[in-house]
Amino acid sequence: MMGRLVVLALLGYMTLPTVVVIVASFNPTAILSFPPDGLSLRWYENALTYPQFRRAAVNSLIVTAASAGLALPIGTAAALALVRYPVRLPGLWNTMLLSPLVIPGVAAGLGFLILAAALGLLANRIVLVAAHVVLVLPFVVRSVMVSVANLDPMLERAAASLGARPWRVFWRVTLPLLRPGLFAALLFAVIVSVNEFVVSLFVSTRVTEILPVAMFTYVVNYTDPTMAALSTLFIAATFVVVFLADRFLHLSRVFQIEERP
Amino acid sequence: MPAPPGRDGAPRRRPALGYTLLGPALVMLAILGIALGALLQFSVREFIPGSIQTGGLTDKNFRGVLAPHYLRYIWDTVVLSALTTVFTLAASYPVAYALARTASARVRSLLLILTLAPFFTGAIVRTYAWMLVLGNSFVRWPVKLLFEPEGVLIGLVHFSMPTMILILAAAISHIDPRYERAAASLGARPWRVFWRVTLPLSAPGIVSGSLVVFAWTFSAFPTPELLGGGRVKMIANVVKDLALDAFNWPGSAAFAALALVVTLALLVVTGRILGRHAT
Repeated sequence: MMGRLVVLALLGYMTLPTVVVIVASFNPTAILSFPPDGLSLRWYENALTYPQFRRAAVNSLIVTAASAGLALPIGTAAALALVRYPVRLPGLWNTMLLSPLVIPGVAAGLGFLILAAALGLLANRIVLVAAHVVLVLPFVVRSVMVSVANLDPMLERAAASLGARPWRVFWRVTLPLLRPGLFAALLFAVIVSVNEFVVSLFVSTRVTEILPVAMFTYVVNYTDPTMAALSTLFIAATFVVVFLADRFLHLSRVFQIEERP
Repeated sequence: MPAPPGRDGAPRRRPALGYTLLGPALVMLAILGIALGALLQFSVREFIPGSIQTGGLTDKNFRGVLAPHYLRYIWDTVVLSALTTVFTLAASYPVAYALARTASARVRSLLLILTLAPFFTGAIVRTYAWMLVLGNSFVRWPVKLLFEPEGVLIGLVHFSMPTMILILAAAISHIDPRYERAAASLGARPWRVFWRVTLPLSAPGIVSGSLVVFAWTFSAFPTPELLGGGRVKMIANVVKDLALDAFNWPGSAAFAALALVVTLALLVVTGRILGRHAT
């Protein structure tokens, strides 16, 4: 009983900020108060019409689409190579492919900034996209590798023995069988890229900045609940995605939490 | 594990093709490597005010890191990281235990979703949420929390909990419950079973979770930036101040290099520990 209360209290601590943001987003006045004196959607209107948020949303769309679109084939190829082909030192490549996960954001960000300046690409989105591809790659490789490892090579052999050419085997057998892994990889890539903040702060300008950077600037300069409205939209989208992911991908398996009967 | 040649029959089985497939990913990693190389190179170059060009070799930037008013930020970073690790561990263990040991699939799913949702919500949204909570509009806190180290600590612990919970839950779920049942059947009270059996057996998770959280917190940026409000600063905030506000890239690079080296060293140690316990 005590234990249950402790867990509930801790879950309360974990969800408290989310609840407060959602409540604040409907606050009728710019100065927050609790309990609120009514409900209002004006901050949602504000969030959706604020020009810099609109510009940043378009940038986010471009950067995320480009980086996920590049990272998916690049990461899938790497995952296939590591599981299927006799490359030397697979452990080393594996560690290297996962390494972007552990590089501090400010170090990678400043590094990309210095590199961009040296190449004369300071205001170019290409640096932002390259940085996002690197940061997203570990998630793609990880997700696809699990799928490739579970794939039965007999199915491909069967197709080959029936006369299918290698490319046809790949398109008609291998890729369709990898679909769950590819879907998970795409999901992770989009979530990580859409939320990436630290590296993006270093390598973007007011013109190229993505949503999290624009949100950061807004929070530093204004205190009205417009950010709460935008945050609520982000939180709602995240909950839907995580819920669907758990439904279709069984997250406890992804995170290696064993289910015991 | 590569299959022996010919096992899947297709003529794709050529070692060269493996490297070709790996190629594009390695190119992307090389870009990251070059960026970090440029960072390290800048950290030993002289800062020329008003220019993004650098001068000759110097150790000035690293001596700057050790200057008294910066040393304070490094000390604060170490203390905040250590406190975050301890509090995160204490707050995460009960949730991880419930997650690993609940009999109900529905409860497990719910716990997992609540754990993961903040993990997937962006850093800015989460930190902004804490600004609202810690500010005085909703709750009148008896002590000032926003823009104080205590507030930063609360935000950092919240930020680290999902990671710690997942690592601990994986470790606890790998403990065979029969050990606990055996201890209980020999007369040990529940607390004693937990203290003498479960906790020691989950030690690999505790150690690796703590190291990962410490390493991540050591280079934390958005939480101290927004919840510290310029009054509380950690190493990453100094990196940003120097690089983006003062345009002193070499000076900033020295701090970034410090964060990079400490984080990587801690994670290599973690890898060693995990490697030793992997079965």
